[in-house]
Amino acid sequence: MTNSNTDIRSSAEKRSRVSFGIALVVAGLAIYLLFGTSTQPGAMTTFGLNLLGSQAAVVPDLVVPALPAIYLLAAISVFTGAYQLARGIRSTGWLVGILTFTFVTAFLMWGAQDKSFNLTGMLQSSLVRATPIALAALCGVISERTAVINIGIEGIMLMSAQAAVVAATVTGNLYVGLIAAILLGGWVAAFHAFLVIRFKVDQTVSSVAINIFGTGATSFISSRFMQAAGDKLNNSGTFPIIAIPGLSKIPVLGPVLFENNLIVYLTILLVVVMHILLYYTPWGLRTRAVGEHPKAADTLGVNVYLTRYVNVILGGMIAGIGGAYFTIGSVGRFDEIMTAGKGFIGLAAMIFGNWNPIGAYTSSLIFGFADSLQVKLQILRVPIPSEFLLMAPYILTMIILTGVVGRAIPPAADGQPYEK
Amino acid sequence: MSNTTAPNTKEKKRSGIWSELLIPALAVLSGLILGAIVILVSGENPLVAYGALFEGSFGNPLDLVEGLQVYFATGETKELLRAIYPFTESLVTATPYLFAGLSVALGFRCGLFNIGAEGQFFIGALCSAFVGYSIKGLPMIVHLPLAILAGALGGAVWGMIPGYLKARFGAHEVVNTIMMNWIAFRLSDWLLNGPMKSSGFRPVTPNVMETAELPRFFPDPLRFNLGFFLALLAAYLLYWFLFKTTLGFEVRSVGANPDAAKYAGMNIVRNFVLVMFLAGGLAGLAGTAQVLGVDHWVGQGFSAGYGFDAIALALLGKSHPFGVVLSALLFGFLRSGATDMQSMARIPIDIISIIQGMVIVFIAAPDIIRWLYRIREVKKEEAVLTRGWGS
Amino acid sequence: MTNVLELQGITKRFPGVLANDRISIALREGKILALLGENGAGKSTLMNILYGLYKPDEGKIFIRGREVNIEGPNDAIGQGIGMVHQHFMLVPVMTVTENVMLGIEPVKNGVFLDREKVSRRIKEISDQYGLEVDPQAYIKDLPVGIQQRVEIIKVLYRSADILILDEPTAVLTPQEVEGLFKIIETLIKSGKSIIFITHKLKEVLAVADDITVLRLGTVVGSIKPEEATSETLATMMVGRDVSLVVEKSPAKPAGAVLEVKDLYVRDDRQHMTVQGVSFNVKKGEVLGVAGVQGNGQTELVYALTGLLPIEKGTIQLLDEPIHHTTPRNILERGVAHIPEDRQRHGLILSFPIHDNMMLCTYYKKPFAKGISLQPQPIFSNAEELVKQYDVRTPNIYVNAGTLSGGNQQKVIVAREFSRPIELLIASQPTRGLDVGSIEYIHKQIIKKRDEGAGVLVVSSELDEILALSDRIAVMYKGRIMAIIDANKSSKEQLGLLMAGVHPAESSQN
Repeated sequence: MTNSNTDIRSSAEKRSRVSFGIALVVAGLAIYLLFGTSTQPGAMTTFGLNLLGSQAAVVPDLVVPALPAIYLLAAISVFTGAYQLARGIRSTGWLVGILTFTFVTAFLMWGAQDKSFNLTGMLQSSLVRATPIALAALCGVISERTAVINIGIEGIMLMSAQAAVVAATVTGNLYVGLIAAILLGGWVAAFHAFLVIRFKVDQTVSSVAINIFGTGATSFISSRFMQAAGDKLNNSGTFPIIAIPGLSKIPVLGPVLFENNLIVYLTILLVVVMHILLYYTPWGLRTRAVGEHPKAADTLGVNVYLTRYVNVILGGMIAGIGGAYFTIGSVGRFDEIMTAGKGFIGLAAMIFGNWNPIGAYTSSLIFGFADSLQVKLQILRVPIPSEFLLMAPYILTMIILTGVVGRAIPPAADGQPYEK
Repeated sequence: MSNTTAPNTKEKKRSGIWSELLIPALAVLSGLILGAIVILVSGENPLVAYGALFEGSFGNPLDLVEGLQVYFATGETKELLRAIYPFTESLVTATPYLFAGLSVALGFRCGLFNIGAEGQFFIGALCSAFVGYSIKGLPMIVHLPLAILAGALGGAVWGMIPGYLKARFGAHEVVNTIMMNWIAFRLSDWLLNGPMKSSGFRPVTPNVMETAELPRFFPDPLRFNLGFFLALLAAYLLYWFLFKTTLGFEVRSVGANPDAAKYAGMNIVRNFVLVMFLAGGLAGLAGTAQVLGVDHWVGQGFSAGYGFDAIALALLGKSHPFGVVLSALLFGFLRSGATDMQSMARIPIDIISIIQGMVIVFIAAPDIIRWLYRIREVKKEEAVLTRGWGS
Repeated sequence: MTNVLELQGITKRFPGVLANDRISIALREGKILALLGENGAGKSTLMNILYGLYKPDEGKIFIRGREVNIEGPNDAIGQGIGMVHQHFMLVPVMTVTENVMLGIEPVKNGVFLDREKVSRRIKEISDQYGLEVDPQAYIKDLPVGIQQRVEIIKVLYRSADILILDEPTAVLTPQEVEGLFKIIETLIKSGKSIIFITHKLKEVLAVADDITVLRLGTVVGSIKPEEATSETLATMMVGRDVSLVVEKSPAKPAGAVLEVKDLYVRDDRQHMTVQGVSFNVKKGEVLGVAGVQGNGQTELVYALTGLLPIEKGTIQLLDEPIHHTTPRNILERGVAHIPEDRQRHGLILSFPIHDNMMLCTYYKKPFAKGISLQPQPIFSNAEELVKQYDVRTPNIYVNAGTLSGGNQQKVIVAREFSRPIELLIASQPTRGLDVGSIEYIHKQIIKKRDEGAGVLVVSSELDEILALSDRIAVMYKGRIMAIIDANKSSKEQLGLLMAGVHPAESSQN
């Protein structure tokens, strides 16, 4: 009965096939025109593979002739595009991957010609920069799986960042700072949960109130107390790098994955744990049921409200860790509005990752990559104003939201209050 | 919330207005009480602080009496002008709030959450400033409207982008407008340090030409200007648009029930784009009013905080243009007075944000207010404000 | 014989409504008690109280002679009560196993879900009662009839011996209903007791051991099926004599109003839910579209009214193509649409009645001059329609959301009929309404037919289709199985078609 489904190729499908093909061809031509024509023949691009001060075994750097490499990448892009137009490659993921890979690599070849570009360093910093985004995304995943939207992650992270640095500075113990951040995050999220569950406040409005309150409260405390007190309140130091014995000796991979601080490891651990919890335990089953069909869960005796409270609060705690990253996990001091939209970018990562932990982490890595690329390019003195490079993560977020939201399917009851 | 006033329900309406005002008033009161607690905890006297707040926003009544006496006795206006200075400053502060609040309120009416007023504000200000300083030799009657139009258009375009992405692709406007804010800040950093930088040391634009300034009504230092009345006009026009025209009927239908609007043959995409265009324009005008009426130049952090404040006051004004007028005046007084409070009572101005956050919570959760003050509930069909991630 | 369950003097008030007024019922062990009543009679409220979803304001519940206090679903389940809800309580994106185990998940190694154990148990239950359900299947891939069996398994897995079936036949084909009755028989044989809630008289007479009739929140009476007839039950249920047939003269069809050829439509989730449908509707006739819900009828209507884009094919209204035009354009060509979901599509609940009365024509004279709305014509139009269509409302300024379901539907009918129409599309026009409103709306539809409009009625209630239609098209899996003359059709024949079987084929077997 359903075989006619395949008879008719949807015009939408066809359109997306053609547009992907054209995009690849255009990208290929752009690589040639933008980078190929302005690269010196004979210029060499050096990709550094060793990180200063790392324990990893030293390997020789990767030296590539820039111009031939750019031509090759342009050709790959054009060829893939042409093949796509002619035959059609089914996997959207591969197409996006090839498109981004060829363009970004060619861009680096061009930008770093006759210079040295530390690849390992950039991958390492991608992972680090992805961490707060990933924690925000995980907070989103865990609360939205029970159908509670929390756009207040930004505010929660800001407040936790401040709590962490103050607690850590005053006690002189970074772990106390981390715990303070987690508790505060959980507490603020509990407030959000209370408003949207008990009082059925519009979830977006409540989140926005948290953001406004968070910005105001942190700035208030910062200018009223912290600035006057100086280092007495706002100089905690940061979590040290922990090199995992043995594994950190592996070239490239070692410094990227196994020489990080506590919060980075904690994030990766959380991703794995949350994945197992969501799909293999009673708690996860109940969580997913509450997000998809709360009434069904209720009729089977699952306490919908309790499940939502627990998850939103757990989410807040995770966002609290994310907040701690900004201060005690990276610079050791608090600045006003230092989260700079990372909480919102985390939401985009959550959507792109289809509301599951591993997906959310993977897409956070993409954002982290864009962020660290932007920093590296400033150092390389690429002839593009740094302000425009700084826009990259935000533009990327918009593109992802625009391209993906139509296809990503949120939990069915997402954003709806539950009434018995 | 109903659109056209029926003759035989006017009396009912009147009592309705009071009950509509009751919750917002109590919400503000509760916010102030909580603010007082915060001030107390941070080791200052809330009475002193709020005294300074009041004096900073309305002026000292004794000064006013004295000023009037001097004026009638000698015809000298200096004392009088000094006495009304705080009050006019509050109105000056209220002007951009009014525009920005209308912007967010319009979005709410169509079911869109415009968190991007801050970015649209900045872009509007930059556009107005650019037209204001770069074009020389035009008469005011041409130059001023041109500069205003530039600001409105700049903001409108900035708002339309997320509106289009929402309408066409279902991309959530909350995240996208925030991203547009950050892009606007980065763009302005570049503009203020490069193409639009004045000859001086600081990253600011040159001053606009005198022909592009909004006329002021009193001698310096009073900055009260035409912008305030333009904002009131905008509020009236928005009221007319929303409640007296077919276009406004469409906007409200789309906001209240997009499925039914589509069923009734309304074009959702067009309404989303139109509303975000107009909302962006209103937010842009907020920047215009600030740059052409008050500052005459634009610097970094020019629009900081206005976007979130605008949300608070749109909610406080129940997304009704006249309600927004009232709440914008309130915010103008609070913010303007808070500056004095900061200098006189050493309370950071950010206390206002804390109060605002609480006010939003109370407005959004009227049950809390009803519970706190033991008010009986009136059952009503509340319109849905926002939705999930889908379109 | 003992009563396994007794409710005594149950009273439940909602703001402004007395939903249950001192209701007492008794269920005998191993028997089927039918609870009969119209929509809004208070059946569902009563059962939700029994299942612990609502708390009664007054009254007592006895199970096997002992008074019990039911605080929530867990208590009900603990007392051996299981409920099969009218709207299935199943998570579509999860498997049968996951749905069944939800709430009482067995674990292995202390933390991990033990799916295998549950699957085995489902297989056992399925074999014991002849339910034939695959534990590994995802709910969203299962037909409605099987989903209902999953609901029954959920109840049996929790070892319930008192089963509440809430309107279980509403979504089934006549053949699936037969299957359900067989399952009920097996359940009774193995010692279960069942409360069967319905508003369908014939089903009650077919299966019940005892009948209790509810009306407006009170018990009207209890009766044995042997002593009852359809007519007596109908009178008890509605409170007056009702005519079960719609009076209508034979149709006088003329030229085609609507011509649909080889239509394909995708739904929101990109499934091709209408697959090559062709039919026409003539002036002065009613074409009924029958079928179990979810077989493409909704998407067909959306495509006809421009709410969904079409994938392939043509739609012609009075010989002009309308398949690539806007909903507005279609409205203006004289198509009236009574939508399936009246609260989602038909009304803006937070708007006053007078605005809903001009929802599709607000931009036209006399309601608007240019872009300026004209209050006086808007009000007088609403006053007139409210009077003409007997909408029960305090005034025209109240919000549509405050009206009862029947009056909301009347507002839609009034609005749609107040403009000149060539084609009327009525989708589930009487769903959830009381008998009085059903009669009224049916009469109005026939009146439009007699005035010369073409009428397309989509309904999952076979009785409604048979009462209104001149010709009947049966949809199954996005296709039209057959279009037959209403006079020459039988319920059995339609039922087979609704299940995707051509009567000719089945007789060959």
